[in-house]
Amino acid sequence: MPEAILEVKSLRTVFKDKHKELTVVDGIDFEIGPNEVVALVGESGCGKSMTSLSIMQLLPRSAEIAEGEVRYRGRNLVGMKNKEMAKLRGRHISMIFQEPMTSLNPVLTIGMQLTESIIRHLGVSKVEADTRADEWLKRVGFPEPARIRREFPHRLSGGMRQRVMLAMAMSCRPDLLIADEPTTALDVTIQAQVLDLIRELLKESDMSVLFITHDLGVVAEMATRVIVMYAGQIVETTDVRSLFQKPMHPYTKGLLNSTPRMKGDIEKLIPIAGSVPPAGMYPPGCRFADRCPLAEAVCRAEAPQLREVVPGHRVRCHLA
Amino acid sequence: MALYTLRRLLNAIPILIGITIISFAIIHMAPGSPLSQFTEDPTIKQVDKDNMIKAYGLDKPLYVQYWDWVSGLVRGDLGVSLLKNQPVADLILERLPNTLLLTVTSFLLSLLIAIPLGILCAVRAHSRLDQIVSGFTFVGISIPGFWLGLMLIILFAVKLGWLPSGGLQTVNADFSLIDRIKHLTLPVLTMAAGEVAIWIRYVRSSMLEVINQDYMRTAKAKGLPGNSILFRHGFRNALIPLATLFGLALPGFFAGAAILEQVYSIPGMGRLFIEGAFQRDYPVLFAIVTVGAFLTVLGSILADVAYAALDPRVNLSKQEVRG
Ligand SMILES: Nc1ncnc2c1ncn2[C@@H]1O[C@H](COP(=O)(O)OP(=O)(O)O)[C@@H](O)[C@H]1O
Ligand SMILES: [Mg+2]
Repeated sequence: MPEAILEVKSLRTVFKDKHKELTVVDGIDFEIGPNEVVALVGESGCGKSMTSLSIMQLLPRSAEIAEGEVRYRGRNLVGMKNKEMAKLRGRHISMIFQEPMTSLNPVLTIGMQLTESIIRHLGVSKVEADTRADEWLKRVGFPEPARIRREFPHRLSGGMRQRVMLAMAMSCRPDLLIADEPTTALDVTIQAQVLDLIRELLKESDMSVLFITHDLGVVAEMATRVIVMYAGQIVETTDVRSLFQKPMHPYTKGLLNSTPRMKGDIEKLIPIAGSVPPAGMYPPGCRFADRCPLAEAVCRAEAPQLREVVPGHRVRCHLA
Repeated sequence: MALYTLRRLLNAIPILIGITIISFAIIHMAPGSPLSQFTEDPTIKQVDKDNMIKAYGLDKPLYVQYWDWVSGLVRGDLGVSLLKNQPVADLILERLPNTLLLTVTSFLLSLLIAIPLGILCAVRAHSRLDQIVSGFTFVGISIPGFWLGLMLIILFAVKLGWLPSGGLQTVNADFSLIDRIKHLTLPVLTMAAGEVAIWIRYVRSSMLEVINQDYMRTAKAKGLPGNSILFRHGFRNALIPLATLFGLALPGFFAGAAILEQVYSIPGMGRLFIEGAFQRDYPVLFAIVTVGAFLTVLGSILADVAYAALDPRVNLSKQEVRG
């Protein structure tokens, strides 16, 4: 097997204040190989964003990585000096965020925001950076890039801003892209457009991607492998086909039942009862037990381990 | 932008007229008059008193007096000081540079200290450094300028004898830069002390607003160096509210300067005003109140213009972008 681009090993991320420590990412392990698109799914509040920010070393001040490693091409990013990390960010590892409306700086033109990382990382001249910015703006679907470059973010719609973010993330040709719910905040029609665009860009480049979403419908279109997260832990991970054909964790099944697979099958949707417990309020046994239709006594008593049930298919469930 | 500025300036004219009318009325309503020292003197004959009142035009109805004054103002004539017998314009031009020297120097000095320190405190919010600085700003804001001025005089001028206690240059000496700096040190430090405290708070809080914004995280995610994130992305945004505060603070500088000019015997506008107020020297008072009103209005216009210039979202053209 070729060397992994990203390895996350027993990652534990906590929010910390003087009095207590709140674990929001609880011992996560996964790898992303070259050219692989891995989807990270789970309802809102499962710890997906905290996982991605832990990888980028962009956690808010109140949070920190308490345990574990994040290796990019073998180098551990946890505890890496900020200067070293800055050389990787935007150049080798890029990220796009869930909030296109607020992720661009309101007082700088699109052009400035696009070119500054190109100039910084690739060491090209201002003029050359403008040319490259124009190329990328064209590739993300702006027919008149030079005009967009002079605009300020507030004059662009959410979809346009997210395309700009995408151009920005791709502009130095990173080999790992982390996309944290890039379409969640957009209108449904725009969502499809941006997803198509991302898929197209992926086809043309040899990039590894961690694609975060709470929408299994999107997973089927984008990813080769899926990690399902619940309450800060991985509960199931396998390739896309087996996930859709033979889901094993009741949570995954619940997610599938609440996702429309085809147009018009909305009436068959069954949402999962209840909601994700907030960090720090997890039940002692299986964290999903309270919402699980199949839960037995053992589920409430004992926390299940993540086991390889079938080769390449790991599940955290006593009943699997 | 130019059009916007012009419109704001034109809008300011009625405001200025209103302010002059009100201050004209208030100053006249205050008990006493420029001639009190004579009119209250029983040894001066009533005829002489009446003649004096007539000579100064104080017998005319108030609106006529106002009209006379305004028409003078429009012609650029601010009248003649009743007590100094000099044109008011000359008095002001003589004093204004001293006030500007004091206010501008101390303002620049305070920004020089407050901007980096304010940013640092925002970046390390609630750290030991932030707590210490915030303690100092609290003290700086609470201490009245005149008291600090007096204390500094006692320490550096009286006890230690390092610096002069007042004035702008040594009496009967030729102008020298060193001498001027020595004279300015204490008043500028006194004035800057209060301003530094206030501006550190302003810079810190507007920077704190900015520092947790999503675009700051984006800037970091792009791998930009710390300074670029902090200044180009952060402070550039924090400047927007600061510009407004600056415009609103502008007239305050002159009020603060007035007190310190008194403490340090600096011949500036503020001292002129205080002397004028005690002696009811109407033309001097009107002129300075008008200058003050003008500065206040100018400050708020500057603030709005700077706001519009700094924040691209303020631009009023509503064209949609497509593409
Ligand atoms: N600033 C914060 N302070 C404390 N807890 C937080 C903070 N931000 C997020 N959390 C908690 O961390 C957990 C994971 O959040 P997040 O990673 O944002 O979820 P997701 O991206 O999957 O929706 C949630 O339980 C959330 O309540
Ligand atoms: Mg999230």
